[in-house]
Amino acid sequence: MPEPATASEQPQGDVRKALLEVDDVTIRFGGVSALDSVSFDIKEGEILGLIGPNGAGKTTCFNVMTGVYQATSGQIRFDGRPLAKLKRFQITKLGIARTFQNIRLFKSMTALENVLVGADANSKVGLFNALFKTPLHRRTEAESIEEAYRLLDFVGVGGRAGELAANLSYGDQRRLEIARAMATKPKLLCLDEPAAGFNPAEKQRLMELIRKVRDDGYTVLLIEHDMRLVMGVTDRVVVLEFGRKIAEGPPAEIRDNPAVIAAYLGVDEEDAS
Amino acid sequence: MDFGFLFSHFAELTITGLALGAIYALVALGYTMVYGVLQLINFAHSEVFMYGTFATAWVAVWVHGTTSVSQGLGSTLGLLALCLIVAMATSAAVALLVERLAYRPLIRRGSPKLVILISSIGASFALSEIMGLRDKFAGWFGVENKLSDYVAQARNVYSSPVTVDPHKVFEFAGYGVTDVDLLVIGAALGMMFALDLFVRRTRLGRGIRSVAQDPEAAALMGVNSTRVIRTTFLIGGLMAGAAATLYMLRIGTTRQDAGFLIGVKAFTAAVMGGIGNLRGALIGGLLLGVMENWGSAVFGTQWKDVVTFVLLVLILLVRPTGILGESLGKARA
Amino acid sequence: MSTTVPASTRSSRRPGRPLQIQLPSFLRSRLSRIVMIVIGVLLAYALPLIRPPFITTPASDFGGVMASAATFALVALGLNIVIGYAGLLDLGYVGFYAVGAYTTGVLTSQHGHWPFLLVLPCAMIVTTVSGLLLGAPAIRVRGDYLAIVTLGFGEIISLVAKNTPWLGGAAGIKNIPPPPSIGPDPIGTDQDGLFQIPHLSWNGLVPSVDNLHKTPFLTFGVLDAVPYYWLILTAILIVLMADMAVNNSRVGRAWEATREDEDAAELMGVPTFRYKLLAFMLGAAIGGLAGSMLAAGQGGFISPDAFPLLLSMLFVAAVIIGGAGTRWGAILGGVLVAYLPERFRPLSDYRLLIFGVSLMVIVTFRPQGLLPPRRTRRALRAQAEVEELEGEAIDA
Repeated sequence: MPEPATASEQPQGDVRKALLEVDDVTIRFGGVSALDSVSFDIKEGEILGLIGPNGAGKTTCFNVMTGVYQATSGQIRFDGRPLAKLKRFQITKLGIARTFQNIRLFKSMTALENVLVGADANSKVGLFNALFKTPLHRRTEAESIEEAYRLLDFVGVGGRAGELAANLSYGDQRRLEIARAMATKPKLLCLDEPAAGFNPAEKQRLMELIRKVRDDGYTVLLIEHDMRLVMGVTDRVVVLEFGRKIAEGPPAEIRDNPAVIAAYLGVDEEDAS
Repeated sequence: MDFGFLFSHFAELTITGLALGAIYALVALGYTMVYGVLQLINFAHSEVFMYGTFATAWVAVWVHGTTSVSQGLGSTLGLLALCLIVAMATSAAVALLVERLAYRPLIRRGSPKLVILISSIGASFALSEIMGLRDKFAGWFGVENKLSDYVAQARNVYSSPVTVDPHKVFEFAGYGVTDVDLLVIGAALGMMFALDLFVRRTRLGRGIRSVAQDPEAAALMGVNSTRVIRTTFLIGGLMAGAAATLYMLRIGTTRQDAGFLIGVKAFTAAVMGGIGNLRGALIGGLLLGVMENWGSAVFGTQWKDVVTFVLLVLILLVRPTGILGESLGKARA
Repeated sequence: MSTTVPASTRSSRRPGRPLQIQLPSFLRSRLSRIVMIVIGVLLAYALPLIRPPFITTPASDFGGVMASAATFALVALGLNIVIGYAGLLDLGYVGFYAVGAYTTGVLTSQHGHWPFLLVLPCAMIVTTVSGLLLGAPAIRVRGDYLAIVTLGFGEIISLVAKNTPWLGGAAGIKNIPPPPSIGPDPIGTDQDGLFQIPHLSWNGLVPSVDNLHKTPFLTFGVLDAVPYYWLILTAILIVLMADMAVNNSRVGRAWEATREDEDAAELMGVPTFRYKLLAFMLGAAIGGLAGSMLAAGQGGFISPDAFPLLLSMLFVAAVIIGGAGTRWGAILGGVLVAYLPERFRPLSDYRLLIFGVSLMVIVTFRPQGLLPPRRTRRALRAQAEVEELEGEAIDA
């Protein structure tokens, strides 16, 4: 078994706080270990890439980290707090938001409304205020709408706010999902294959958007198959194979890591940089 | 609450409860099979049963005319056999009609389950109303006089003219077990045994089980799912028709809304035993019949149906997987 | 600036087309909309007095039919919140209707003589609590099982009412006093009210004032159903406004997101269980409101036979046929279900058969119900809103 590479120094040289800690997490479904004693951290303010060949356990790991699955053993800690036993909507309140590999927008709602649902997660008004149209309700709604428009512009979908999500182009839908996740005001934004189906130009735009997101103060976790995108935008990379972590470090190191290359058994022309 | 009555009549309540439960079990089979294969509650199954009861009564009227007659089981066996065949055929036909009109178009286009449930609710009402309006329909064709024995006063209770006098066969714990009790329990068990064999030994039966477990894999293995679904409804209808004849044997009267209560009870039985589980339907039915009798002894007969509904609600909320557990499909949201 | 989140339909087989309906500009101004709404409301109140020729029911009291149609519409509005907004199939809604009616009957006639205006909110509170007690465990269960659980609840309520002497037993509760009249109370059949409003009678298309038939204002007596209709209509308007307010807020958005994709909604921070339970309780409250007004209605009498399972099914049919998820669809459905059998008397016997078949036909061929898909209308409003913001037309 190749030794997992140790995490190198951060490019900036400082030791930043771990925002999310994956601590010796194992998940078993029946007799199969989807994840086996996986440990790594996501540091605040970084863009971490999670890669690995198909079936490596990336999506499972992703789902454990976002609270969709429960770990069989080990712990996920966010901001020091263990994630176990929290309901899904409480995990969002904690500060973890995500997009989906197969795009799960609310198709019959407009782009604006989709983002508003995300913004509502932090809303302090409920049924009573809505029913009686209190000034607090009106103010909160106005603020949410303003914030939603800002996010739509930020991701580049501002002009289509009133369109049904189902009618948006594929690229716009992916971007809308990011805006919706950002609307929940997370600390950690998890993107599940955000570039799937994009052509190179769109991938370039996406890379810029992800950098913009990080510069705006979010920490980003990225699952991706496209090596060029991963190498180009991440600060650090964690590599999984068969449910185990086989490497961890800056993109340049990972690319030359023999264990990683062996795992992929020759990277596709299309994915090679 | 009168436990005294329960204890003094324990054997009678239990044995007649088993006979009642056998009828519930036969009807429950229809619910459990359709649920196992399609994960759908067939709301219209209660009407499939109801049509069988009318078929039974009409055969009796056709053979005997409308004058009431009471005779022993032995002399009625021929009539019973005829009623059984006609009722089973009728119920099966209605079941297939329901499948064709209320289910298949929606399954084909992948409608959400709740939408299909609503369709089956509509079918249930349409079917029971058709029976309840039969005098008017006969009037359209001008045959209401000729067929008056069958269709007159459609919304009243309809009685079978032939009542079977039960004869005691042997004593058990102070209760005289009658030939009718034995026939009902025996016939029901026999049909279920035959069904169990069918599902386990025949090709169609295997097809049903495979579609229930994994429709995609079954399709890939060449199983014709349309035929499987049709067969499932057909078998459910046959069982309900048999139950209908046995029901008329014991109760003797029916009405266009008679299906509803039996349907709810049979569905409760199916869930109690574990939905999708054939043996569960048997156990659930027998258990429900007995519990219903005990309950009415303790609480009084007017609370009998409340007992069933409370049981139903509790089971669905607390243990939706039932006694034997679900074989197929999941219970929790 | 307000957000627009009207509820969408439950079917989504094709993505909606962008806006194609253009209202003439004079209709789009805010003032003209308000004027139209006021006219519409006045017409609704005046309808049983105007008695227009094609709409009047020949064989039965038109006022009574309108009251019944309004009751159905109110119930459908409440059930629409449960089925249409929250996506919960409730087959036992008659249970809430009965709880509201029986609470009213018990407090005003059977075991007390509380005034109606106090009893009405009490009935709503009791019904809402029952909605909480039933909903909290029931909503956790899968959709089709939830349907059966609610069906069981409805039956249990009706059977308990029938078998409990304290609730009047099989005979029901009589002598339920009507709501308080404004002006002199009716004494027997002597009901003059503050003033009397004559009806219109028609000769072909020519109206004339009919001074023989008048409705007293505002007397809740035994002869004239119209004041009861007015009361229920007022309740409908209040519920409509509440519905619009709630639906255009984060609550409505949460409901819609939950219906579309519950898991994704949860991951976006929507506490889906809480909002489903909220919808259930709101639906219960409205059911209780309608039941209370039934009890204090023209006959002053309720019995367990008034709350059969059949009625639950008719309520469901009203919501589905009109269009689940749209408040106007619910009203339309409720009115159709109550009004059509009275208007077309020969149809009356076939009423249930027709509705059963209609249910099957509608869910097969037009699952979104009779009213046009919400998508077009909300896309219309969303665009209008964005246009307001940006001051320019969006290309369709």
